[in-house]
Amino acid sequence: MTSTTTLKTLFAALALGASALASAQSSSLLNVSYDVAREFYKDYNQTFIAHYKKTKGVDVKVDQAHAGSSAQARAVNDGLAADVVTFNTTTDVQFLADNGVVAKDWAKKFPHDASPTTSTMLFLVRHGNPKNIKDWADLTRPDVKVIVVNPKTGGNGRYAYLGAWGSVREKGGTDAQAADFVAKLYKNVPVLAKGGRDATATFLQRGIGDVLITFESEVVSVEREFGKGKVDAVYPSVSITAENPVAVVERTVAKKGTAELAKAYLDYLYSDEAQEIAARHAIRPRSEAVLKRHGDQFKPIQQFTVAKYFGSLTEAQKVHFNDGGQFDKLYGK
Amino acid sequence: MSANTSAPRRSKRVLPGFGLTLGYTLFYLSLIVLIPLLALLFKTFSMSWPQFWEAVTAPRVLASYRLTFGASFIAACVNLVFGLLIAWVLVRYRFPGKKVVDALVDLPFALPTAVAGISLTALLAGNGWVGQYFEPLGIQLAFNPNGVVIALIFIGLPFVVRTVQPVLEDSEKELEEAATSLGATRWQIFRHVILPGIMPALLTGFAMAFARAIGEYGSVIFIAGNMPMVSEITPLIIIGKLEQYDYAGATAVAVVMLFFSFVMLLVINALQAWQRRHAGMPA
Repeated sequence: MTSTTTLKTLFAALALGASALASAQSSSLLNVSYDVAREFYKDYNQTFIAHYKKTKGVDVKVDQAHAGSSAQARAVNDGLAADVVTFNTTTDVQFLADNGVVAKDWAKKFPHDASPTTSTMLFLVRHGNPKNIKDWADLTRPDVKVIVVNPKTGGNGRYAYLGAWGSVREKGGTDAQAADFVAKLYKNVPVLAKGGRDATATFLQRGIGDVLITFESEVVSVEREFGKGKVDAVYPSVSITAENPVAVVERTVAKKGTAELAKAYLDYLYSDEAQEIAARHAIRPRSEAVLKRHGDQFKPIQQFTVAKYFGSLTEAQKVHFNDGGQFDKLYGK
Repeated sequence: MSANTSAPRRSKRVLPGFGLTLGYTLFYLSLIVLIPLLALLFKTFSMSWPQFWEAVTAPRVLASYRLTFGASFIAACVNLVFGLLIAWVLVRYRFPGKKVVDALVDLPFALPTAVAGISLTALLAGNGWVGQYFEPLGIQLAFNPNGVVIALIFIGLPFVVRTVQPVLEDSEKELEEAATSLGATRWQIFRHVILPGIMPALLTGFAMAFARAIGEYGSVIFIAGNMPMVSEITPLIIIGKLEQYDYAGATAVAVVMLFFSFVMLLVINALQAWQRRHAGMPA
């Protein structure tokens, strides 16, 4: 008798536990994102959870996973059950769209081409700017060593390359002149870093190079990390807009029933609260009002989009970065 | 012929019957080694032969083979000499702190390779503790092929030491004493008495250090500088292809590496077998 009751209670407890688990699962989200967005999403998640509790009365849990943007895209494609992806290059989302993991028209699902925030490429020079580097043209001077990420292995590097190319076009140059300019610039590169953080370490900890080309968001975190006064940020006359695209992972939300929650999570990125958090993390907000409020941090800079000169990042990838492309020609024999 | 072979023999084995043991061995090896490697091969089947050939013979990829296999070979050779020396000292000498030195040998095994790479880079870069003394001489230790070789020496050392050490411990000192009493010089003793005995172990250690170096990524990536045609290792090419979502191209290069590593291991196995026969030991 007693043993059966114990068994029954045990089963009941198990069933309860299982249902609790199931319900917990349906109100939890996994946001798969890129490396340096970790801090931003940590803050954003808290704000979103409070917001969702207030408006819908539901407790949600948001998990986050961070690594290199395209490594993450591959993981999601191979089956990592992300509800939403928040990347730093549109090619990574497009790759998932091509494989039917996110909607084909993902870029139209949210405002601003589904990119609630952007960044741009700036220069970081040693304090006092001893080599007097002001603009892209200075990077091809024979006395200047440039640290940059390998465009083959990092989105940061692709934007730096496209930024250099576009800076020539923006001043009225032709593609041929742009190619010459980029070739000269990469002759001044002593080390091709693997990723953004690797480049920062090479420049700051190993003391190699006179200038580092990197994301604006990275520039600010470098100042925080290494202290102000070690490096100066230089705003070139023009630079490229780097979009941070987001998308709902249709494959997962269909299975888990989290479509609504996932959409709410991404929608809220456009709210003033979220844009404010982004600005605090040196990611450029789309909201004009928030941008204006942080005007001292986000100095105005003439920007061009990838679409303007390269069609799209996917196109640029094909022409410039894939094997045998324009970038390989710089080093090929 | 001999009476032994015809005599019924039932020796007790520690493990259950041969069939079961062999079956389990094959199953386990397939699960852990063979199936993942087959999956690698299958990924390349989406390419046509010309595509495959183009992917694995692009100039940048060829340059990376030269660097990876060349640097791995140099590093394995250095480890062969100095690994033997270290093993010798650890076996034949007694000195204070020997246990600590012995434990130090294993450190490259245990250390996350990325940590090794970062610390080596910090040491050898132009402003590092060591690098600063070489830079004025015009020798750049980090961010070029030199850095790759140094990193590969670091991670390969324990393989040679740990394979040679037990064999040296087992080698009979009496043979050396006999040789000495017969008037052999030290070099003759080393050449004709010690070396033949430890040669198979040395070659094994060399092969393992070499194979490990070929596949090494973490420790090299920070110190190499990663310049196309100069200091890009093959594993970086593979990662680069993955970053371009070129799964097939990445696995194609991986298959080539696998093939060469396999050939290398076969050659070294053959060398060992030859060496054993040569030394008159049971193969």
